Amino acid sequence: MSTQFLNTSSLPYCKGCGHDMIAKHSTKAMESLGLSALDVVMITDIGCHGIIDKCLNTHTVHGLHGRSPALGAGISFGIENPDKKVVVFIGDGGATIGLQHIMEAARLNLNMTIVLHNNMLYGMTGGQTSGLTPKGFATTTSYDGNPLSGYDICALAHTAGAAHVSRVLGVGDISEKFVNAFKTDGFSLIEVIEICPSYGVKLNPKRKLTEIVESSGREIGEWTNQRPAYKFTQTQKTNDLLSKVSTIKADFKHNLKEPLSVVLSGSAGEGVQLAAAMLSKAAMRSGLDVTQKGSYPVTVGVGFSTAELNLSPEKINFHGINIPDVAIITSTDGLNHNKKRIGHMQKGVLYIDSSLEVPDTGAEVIKYDFRSLGAKNAALASIVLFAVKSQIINHESIFKTIEEEAAGKKLPVDKIKKTLGI
Amino acid sequence: MQEKNKEQQVLIDGSRLIIESMARAGADAFIGYPITPANLLYAYGSQRMSIMLPAPDEITTLQWMSGLAVTGKIPITATSFPGFALMVETINMAYMMELPMVIILVQRLGPATGTATCGAQGDLLLLKGMMSGGHPLPVLATSNFEDCWKLSEKAVNMAVELRTPVVLLTSKEEVMTQKSFNMGLLDDIKPVERKFYNKDCDYKPYGAEGLVPDFLPVTQNKHQVRINASTHDQRGILQHSSDEALNNTRRLENKVNESVKDYNYYEHDHQEGAQDLVISYGISSAAAIDAVDRMRKQGRKISLLIPKTLIPTPVEYKKIIKKYSKTVIAEENINNQLGQLLFGVERPENIRFVEGLGKMITPEEILKEVEK
Repeated sequence: MSTQFLNTSSLPYCKGCGHDMIAKHSTKAMESLGLSALDVVMITDIGCHGIIDKCLNTHTVHGLHGRSPALGAGISFGIENPDKKVVVFIGDGGATIGLQHIMEAARLNLNMTIVLHNNMLYGMTGGQTSGLTPKGFATTTSYDGNPLSGYDICALAHTAGAAHVSRVLGVGDISEKFVNAFKTDGFSLIEVIEICPSYGVKLNPKRKLTEIVESSGREIGEWTNQRPAYKFTQTQKTNDLLSKVSTIKADFKHNLKEPLSVVLSGSAGEGVQLAAAMLSKAAMRSGLDVTQKGSYPVTVGVGFSTAELNLSPEKINFHGINIPDVAIITSTDGLNHNKKRIGHMQKGVLYIDSSLEVPDTGAEVIKYDFRSLGAKNAALASIVLFAVKSQIINHESIFKTIEEEAAGKKLPVDKIKKTLGI
Repeated sequence: MQEKNKEQQVLIDGSRLIIESMARAGADAFIGYPITPANLLYAYGSQRMSIMLPAPDEITTLQWMSGLAVTGKIPITATSFPGFALMVETINMAYMMELPMVIILVQRLGPATGTATCGAQGDLLLLKGMMSGGHPLPVLATSNFEDCWKLSEKAVNMAVELRTPVVLLTSKEEVMTQKSFNMGLLDDIKPVERKFYNKDCDYKPYGAEGLVPDFLPVTQNKHQVRINASTHDQRGILQHSSDEALNNTRRLENKVNESVKDYNYYEHDHQEGAQDLVISYGISSAAAIDAVDRMRKQGRKISLLIPKTLIPTPVEYKKIIKKYSKTVIAEENINNQLGQLLFGVERPENIRFVEGLGKMITPEEILKEVEK
C-alpha cells in the first residue's frame, strides 16, 4: 500500500534488510510532522539505500557515492524557505568516502538531516569492509573479523558541531527517533545500526546488533549542541566591480615613439608593486597604453619583488618581456632576480642603486642612491628618476597620480622632490 | 587603432571583467577554494556574488554548486588544474544531471602542481577527454579583455540555455596582468532569461521536446522534480539501459553538438590573396596578432584565425584552414593540442606548430615559423 511519501509498500530490498524499515519509518516521521511530500528534498547516492528514489513521492536527487551530504549542503544553502526539509540518505561506505562532507555540514550546522544506513559493510559491491565496520565484524574482505577499528561517526559529527546526533538500533518502530532528527533546527545525523542480510548475517552468525554495538564500545543515544542553525544569508550585493576602478584622464603628454618594456625590481615590502602601479597610471595619464604584472616568490613577504611594465603609444597586444629596454633595480634581491636578463641587454638603460655591484651589461648604466630615501621609498624614488632622466613622461604625472590614487599612503613626495632636485 | 574614449580608460585585470560580466549575466553564487593563479577571481567573486561560500576542497566546491543549481541558482567557480582535477567527478555528475554552472579554468604550467605562477595552455585535451563516454563539455576560451567581458556572459547564457556545465578557459597571464583598457567599449549585459517549466501537466525533468529539457527547481511544490546522475529515463528514474534512458544519454551528446552553431565564437581576419594562416587562441593569440601585424607591414599577405569556441569544435575552423596552403598554430604547450583536436595525432604537413613551455610564445617565434 502506498503512503503520502512512498508510492509502493514493496520496496526493492532483500528480505530482512534494515533499509526497508528506515524508508518506512523515516517517511512515517515526515508525515507525523505534517510535511507534504514536496516539502522534502531527498538526496541519495550510490549504495543499496540509493535505489529508494523511484519509490519516493518527494523531490529526489540521486548523486555520487558519498557526495550526497555535500550535494545536500548545496541544496540547503540554496533553499530560502525554512519549511523545506533536506534529507540525505547515505550508507556507511558513502559516509566513509564522504566523511569530510558530513563534518562540513555539521560544522556549519546546516538545515539538513543525514540518515546513515550503517549495515557495517559495502553491501552493493559484495560485502567489503568500510570505515564504519566495527573491529571484529566479519566482511568478505576480512573473514576473520575486521582487524581495524571503525569511526565513531556520531562522536565526530557531534564534535564538529551538529545540533542533533543519534545512534539507534534498526529494530522495531524507530519513527520517533526520526521525528527528533527532522525537527531539529540545524544539522542532524541519525545513525541506524542494521545488519545486511546477504553478507553481514551470513558472515557473523549468531551475533546480535546490541552485542556488536556494545563490543565496539559504542553507545545508543542522542547528543545535542546548543548552536544557532545556519541562516540563509543571501544579500543583494550591488558591488559593481567596475565602479570601484578609477578612470584615468590623459591630462599629460608623453614623448614615447615606440613600445618600451620596463622591469622594476627590488625587495618584498619595499613598495615595488605600488611604485609600478603609480608609474603605470602616470603613463596612462600621459596617453600611453600600459600593461603591468607582478612577480614574487610564493612567500610574498620575503625575497624579490619584480614588476614588468610595457608602455606604448599604440595598443599593446603581446605583453611578455624577455630582455627589457629599461631595468630599474633598487636592492640586492631585485638584482639577483634579474641579473641574467640585465646581462643580455645590448642597449637600453639600467637604473641601479649605487650600493649594488653593476653586472656586465650592454645597457647604459645610471647609478643613484635610491635607498638613501629609505628602503620603503627606494622604488618610488627610482620611477621618478626614470621619468626625469628619460623624459618619456612628465614626472609631475607621477606626483599627480600619487595625489589622487595613494593620498592615504603618505608617500614622501616632498622628500623625493627635494632629493632629486625637482 | 580604435578611437578611444579617454574618459573611460582604466587599469584593470581580466579577472575583474570576467566576474562582473558573469554577475550581470545572472550568476548569483561563487563557491571558492583558493588556488594560484585563480585567486583574483575568488576575491572578486566574494565581493560581487550574492552568495559566496568558501568550500573545504574542490570536490565539495562542485557538489555545493550542483546543489545550488538544483535550487535554481547559477553558480560559478574558478580554479586551476590541480583543483580542476578534483572537480572532474562532479562535472560529470552535473553534466548528467543537466545543471547550469560555469567553471573558470585558469591554466598554469603542469603536470601535477607544476609551477603555480607560470602560465600555460596545456588543458585543452584534458577538457576534450574528461567526460566518460566522450561527450562534449562546452569550452569557451578568452583571448583578450573584450572576451573576458563578452564570452563570460556567453558562458553563463550557454550554461543556462543548454542546462550544462560550461568551462571558460583562460590562463595566468590573462587574468593576473593589469592593462590599460577602455571600459567605454563594453556592451551592456542583461541577465539571462530563465524559463522554468510552467505547465500544469506532469513535469518530466528530462523530457525534452527539443534537445534541452525544461528546468524546474526543487524549491517549488507544484511538481515533483527528480534529478539523477545515474542512467535515467525522462522522469529521472534510474534505469539500467532501457531504450528511453539510452536515448536520453544520446540526447546529452546531441544537445551540445547541435547547439554549437548558436555559440560559435571566433575571429577570422582574412587578408585577400593570403596563402598562409596563423591560428592561435587564449594567451598566445596576442603574440599572433602582433606577428600578423608585423608581417602585413612588411608586405606579406597573411590571415589570422582566433578560435574561441573550442569544444564542441565548430566545423568552420577546418573549412577556413582548407582555404590556405600553410597554417601555423601557436599555443603554449609542446604537443599542439588544438592541432590534435582538429586533425588527430597525425597533423598534415602543411599544418605547422609553434610550441611554448614555461614561457609565453613571442611574435618573433610565430614570424619565424611562417617564414620558414
